[in-house]
Amino acid sequence: MVETASSKMHKDKARAAAAKGAAFGEDIDLGIYVSSAEEQPSQVDPSKLPATAKERMLEAGLILDDPDQRAGTFIQMDNAPVHSSVRQEGVEVMAVSQALEKYDWLSDYWWQAVAVDTDKYTASVELNQYNGYFIRTLPGYKTIYPVQACLYLAKARLTQNVHNIIIAEENSELHIITGCTTASNEEAGLHLGVSEFYIKKGAKVTFTMIHNWNPEVAVRPRSAAIIEENGLFLSNYVLMKPVRSLQMYPTARCVGENAVVRFNSILVAGRGSSLDVGSRVILNAKGAKTEIISRAITTGGSIVARGYIEGNAPDVKGHLECRGLILMGKGIIHAIPELKGTLAGIDLSHEAAVGKIAEEEVEYLMARGLTRSEATATIVRGFLRVDIEGLPPLLGAELQRAIEASEEDLM
Amino acid sequence: MGDVALRIEQLAVEVEGREILHNINLEMKLGETHVLFGPNGSGKTTLLMAIMGFPKYRVTKGKIIFKGQEITKLSLDERARLGIGMSFQRPPVVRGVKTRDMVAACLKGEEREERIEQLAEKANLADFLDREINYGFSGGEIKRSELMQLLAQRPTLTLIDEPESGVDLVNIALIGELLNGLLEKDCPILERKCMGLIITHTGHILDYVNARTGYVMCDGVIGCEGAPREILATIREKGYQECIACFLRRRASSG
Repeated sequence: MVETASSKMHKDKARAAAAKGAAFGEDIDLGIYVSSAEEQPSQVDPSKLPATAKERMLEAGLILDDPDQRAGTFIQMDNAPVHSSVRQEGVEVMAVSQALEKYDWLSDYWWQAVAVDTDKYTASVELNQYNGYFIRTLPGYKTIYPVQACLYLAKARLTQNVHNIIIAEENSELHIITGCTTASNEEAGLHLGVSEFYIKKGAKVTFTMIHNWNPEVAVRPRSAAIIEENGLFLSNYVLMKPVRSLQMYPTARCVGENAVVRFNSILVAGRGSSLDVGSRVILNAKGAKTEIISRAITTGGSIVARGYIEGNAPDVKGHLECRGLILMGKGIIHAIPELKGTLAGIDLSHEAAVGKIAEEEVEYLMARGLTRSEATATIVRGFLRVDIEGLPPLLGAELQRAIEASEEDLM
Repeated sequence: MGDVALRIEQLAVEVEGREILHNINLEMKLGETHVLFGPNGSGKTTLLMAIMGFPKYRVTKGKIIFKGQEITKLSLDERARLGIGMSFQRPPVVRGVKTRDMVAACLKGEEREERIEQLAEKANLADFLDREINYGFSGGEIKRSELMQLLAQRPTLTLIDEPESGVDLVNIALIGELLNGLLEKDCPILERKCMGLIITHTGHILDYVNARTGYVMCDGVIGCEGAPREILATIREKGYQECIACFLRRRASSG
């Protein structure tokens, strides 16, 4: 990347924030991780990746053996892109390093949605070896199949630094499925992922992220989206596998009239997992709408489920729904829904509930002949079922399958 | 008529440490439908819940024999799988679980989509299959949905608590029809294999089902037994007061 005035400014700001703690979540000591990894050989045919890696990626929603089901694929191992390909016209998929070389204008988007000096994690991404994906749909192009991206953490004790840029040009439609996973089931690692989404007028982006970490990994995603007039951003997040510590609070800003944002999160924390996950939507334009839905289950871990909606323009509407289930053990669920309105004529609401499975519901199902464990499984499956409006049916079915596959571990 | 398929002997049932039912004796043969009358708090619902096997309803004395097997110690779901089914008065909402899922669970996966659609059509609930079970259902919709699930479950013994309560006249005819499907009204008496035990307050349901025996429950015991219509006529004419007075007189003279 060419050193420009703006890139120097980002570096300076990052340096100034290098020790700045995050607003939420436990502090991660960056010093215990290594900050760079070796180059990885590129792989033209992702189906030829090692079987063990493919299996881990599959658990995170990646399909590598049947490229027909994807509009494009990007794979990054540690900090090195190993594969990028596109199968549909009007879609661009490449390493962000390559995109920065190709497009001068990309600097106009760089650190514009997420501030580089948000905290020491964003600073680390800017100051150390990093890469990420650049996914863009050209104006008016609509993808049918999703673009898939995988961020794969292979080296033990590495800080994986990721900076992604997603741009949906006017009236385009883009579906992304991102799977994040590790090679090892036990090695420690740190994943720092910055994702900046730019959704132009009339564009629609669905972003489905599945995390498949291990009990020693710490994760600090830093995402933000800017949505213009009549744009739609639909984000689905699924975390049902163990992780040591994960904190994120993605923010979507509706800057154009009638922009729509939906966040759906499904969180499961087993013993030893500590999650602090929220979704934040700022409604800054007339008629903008949002719905935030989260479902949290603990089987012994701790979950802080946050939500924040701010209405700053006429006729905006937002609803936040946060439901938690303490399935067993000494799990903690702390729901923190917040609403802020700054003018008349807005409509914001929330509902939050934390509890256990109601015995009455279990007995109802048992009276139909289900065993206690079948009844419990049915109720949990129902709890996790979020009918996602706007998601292509194929992707909806895939998401449901991913959730169901993890449900078995839960029982 | 068929063999005795439900026999309750000297049953006592406790709820939260308090004995509610005392010395209940009852017999039903295959193909029969019996009705339970009685004032509020007389123990009708407790009897149904105890037969179904809800843990809160603890049997402290006596036994329940169903199809030749003592079931007193069996769990709720074991009893359901043996062929006892119940229509809930106020079933809970189970979020995320669709009506379709409930019917499928009742069918035990034996029959598929087509059968589910057919049952929903019959219960006039085709539009409800993809809704969350009981969420925002009206009184009549709940009753129909319960009966639809039972039609899928096909229990030998169906327990129903006040099928007519909270239901308008249009719905009650449909409910009567579903109930008859469940109790095989169209089947020759000798070939009927299904039994029903129904709680009724108003007796309206007697216009739709053929009940063989009626009981009046008073204060946790079966006060009298007889032809359901005759009992209903007495209750309508004289009220439960008279039933209770009669019961007390008889108890005094026998005791």
